[in-house]
Amino acid sequence: MPVSFYSSKLADAINWARKYSLFQYPFVTACCGMEFMALWGPKYDVARFGAEFPRFSPRQADLLIVVGTVTEKQGPVLRRIYDQMCEPKWVIAFGVCASTGGFYQNYSTMPGADQVIPVDVYVPGCPPRPEQALDALMLLQDRIQRGEGHSQVVLKQEKGFDVPLAAIRPSAKAGG
Amino acid sequence: MAAEITSEPGSKRRVVFGEADVSDFDESAEVPVESMPLRMGPSHPAMHGTIRMALEVDGEKIRTCDIEIGYLHRCFEKEAEAATWTQIFPYTDRLNYVSPMLNNVGYALAVEKLLDIDQKIPERAQYIRVIVGEVSRIADHLTCLGASAMELGAFTVFFYLIKAREWLWELLEEISGARLTHSYVRIGGVVGDIPEGWAAKLLSTLGKVREAIGDADKLLTRNKIFRDRMDGVGIIAKNDAAGWGLTGPVARSTGLDYDVRKDHPYLVYDRFDFDVPVGSTGDNFDRYAVRLEEIRQSMRILEQALARIPDGQILIDDVRVALPAKRETYNSIEAMIAHFKMIMDGLHVPPGEIYSFTEGGNGELGFYIVSDGTGRPWKCRVRPPCFANLAILNKVLPGLFIADVVPTFGMINMIGGECDR
Amino acid sequence: MAKIILDKLLERFTGAEILETGSQHGNEWARVAPAAWLQVAGFLLRDPALQMSMFTDLTCVDRLPREPRFDVVVHLYSVEQKHRVRLLAGLPATDPAIASLVSLWPGANWFEREAFDMYGVRFEGHPDLRRILMYPEFQGYPLRKDYPKEKRQPLLRRLPGSV
Repeated sequence: MPVSFYSSKLADAINWARKYSLFQYPFVTACCGMEFMALWGPKYDVARFGAEFPRFSPRQADLLIVVGTVTEKQGPVLRRIYDQMCEPKWVIAFGVCASTGGFYQNYSTMPGADQVIPVDVYVPGCPPRPEQALDALMLLQDRIQRGEGHSQVVLKQEKGFDVPLAAIRPSAKAGG
Repeated sequence: MAAEITSEPGSKRRVVFGEADVSDFDESAEVPVESMPLRMGPSHPAMHGTIRMALEVDGEKIRTCDIEIGYLHRCFEKEAEAATWTQIFPYTDRLNYVSPMLNNVGYALAVEKLLDIDQKIPERAQYIRVIVGEVSRIADHLTCLGASAMELGAFTVFFYLIKAREWLWELLEEISGARLTHSYVRIGGVVGDIPEGWAAKLLSTLGKVREAIGDADKLLTRNKIFRDRMDGVGIIAKNDAAGWGLTGPVARSTGLDYDVRKDHPYLVYDRFDFDVPVGSTGDNFDRYAVRLEEIRQSMRILEQALARIPDGQILIDDVRVALPAKRETYNSIEAMIAHFKMIMDGLHVPPGEIYSFTEGGNGELGFYIVSDGTGRPWKCRVRPPCFANLAILNKVLPGLFIADVVPTFGMINMIGGECDR
Repeated sequence: MAKIILDKLLERFTGAEILETGSQHGNEWARVAPAAWLQVAGFLLRDPALQMSMFTDLTCVDRLPREPRFDVVVHLYSVEQKHRVRLLAGLPATDPAIASLVSLWPGANWFEREAFDMYGVRFEGHPDLRRILMYPEFQGYPLRKDYPKEKRQPLLRRLPGSV
């Protein structure tokens, strides 16, 4: 069996594990944070998706959820937090302010978090209903499974693979 | 060799090791210290997300504190100058976003005073405004207490109170269409009437909310860990309260008895019988207790309001101010023309200035509006209660431990949307 | 809102200090000459019949194109007497400056910083006058009428491909 068979099975398995154990970093700024808190609450339980426990350090997180409006003052902070996360990492822009700026088009608001960080899933809504947010989480999980998150694609381009192949054959390279 | 021992920050000390030198050391001399800069925020886990505290700490004790805000400055005033009078309502929702109805009501009252129609608002509309305002206030206090308790480690209390908040949000969703940012109030009244059966649902929900806060009370109020962290921490003196412009639960916890609903009643608050809880020491625990008791008093107001609400219209009849009812718009030509004019021309407010104030979730929420006679305000300023409440932390935090920052900041209930606008 | 404040102000100060008074929609207001700002405010704080100890709000209104262009507006309240007043002072368009009220009410600190940040009005005697809502690198004063609403000054270079 060629290595690519094993590596694709391994990729599926590892992505399956990744999608069901997301460690979120809630970058909460504004009103969407209230709906985000409701997501944690007992009614719209996000724990059943495996993404319950927030890691308040970017070093330990792999899902950055930008919740609420990003202002120009906050931009460098957001960029720095994104840079501190380890690959692979995913970003959800929660709320219309984080997606496009919402109805705040002025001198202080950044029109969307994607001006400074690459975003995988956008959730519109002001604020989005928790069901929308859970739908977004499921969409993200599909993307993770297919290996299509921004960070996974970049890893593949730079390193040639997005899952560690050293587990099968230490000297193996993808396509061998 | 004797060493120069001083305990001023930044002072250097020459240390030469050896037995003879050890005996030279004075027992009572302090090890000189340099304070360490510690920056907390602006992406902060304490759910308030957008404050940066530049602390200088000496071990665990805070020496100086400089709070930096503005990370959520969304230019409410500039947007308001570019929007029509009715378009500003969604912006006001997002000011104090945990109690949006109260902001809507405050803004509507200000514009109505400028239009000189504040005495002509239909009574049913006034009662509805009071009812939804108090429901929003309860949601605000539940969020504050729940989030602060979680930051101290009491996760169960968070779940109980968020569950209670969900019930209230479902009710507000039924009446206004949205769970959080309602935009339910209009100039001249409210946008929709109370649905069938809503009042009964609210009464039964209040019973459940009462149980939930009773549970939270049992878990926290006599809990030694909670009391040790909150008692005597973050004390604000009563004499400071007025000079710093403190209002709301923070000021009332210091002993300053000022509640806009009692002192300058607006809408129909003067018809209800309720108490205003006032603390004594001004520490964190007093702020917690004042908020918990305010939830109970708000429930009292709600029960009385629901019992006495009259029938009638929910929006003023004046077509220069409010849209006519849809049934007439579709059936009579006068109403259709009035509707057309209102949408195309918009509401015009005569020139003037007003400062109108109501009791928001955090204190005196003021709207200072300057009108130049056109369809858009010349200036629409919000007087944010938590802006003033937060400023006093620069004075309160030095001397506390780093761990005390979390409950103190939580109990001030800084809401970024209101503080930074 | 109470007439007693305006009466006492007119009795204590001359026409050179209190330029105009009025009452509109239940709000009492007095226009003060900028040179007498601290004096008038101090009187309102200390007079035992007035006791305006609560500092409610300080802001600025840009009345372009009228001269004086900027109006510094202060709202004061008395918890004991339950009355409030609005004080206005007109400042010119070039280099607007006025005395700071921090020595009388410590709460004026952040409000004055915000008025400086948004309108560029300097407060003399303020211990720490710097921007509060905008970042220090921001140029200009955003709430002035001649600052366009959508003029951004990004702190960070945008990602390639973003709008």
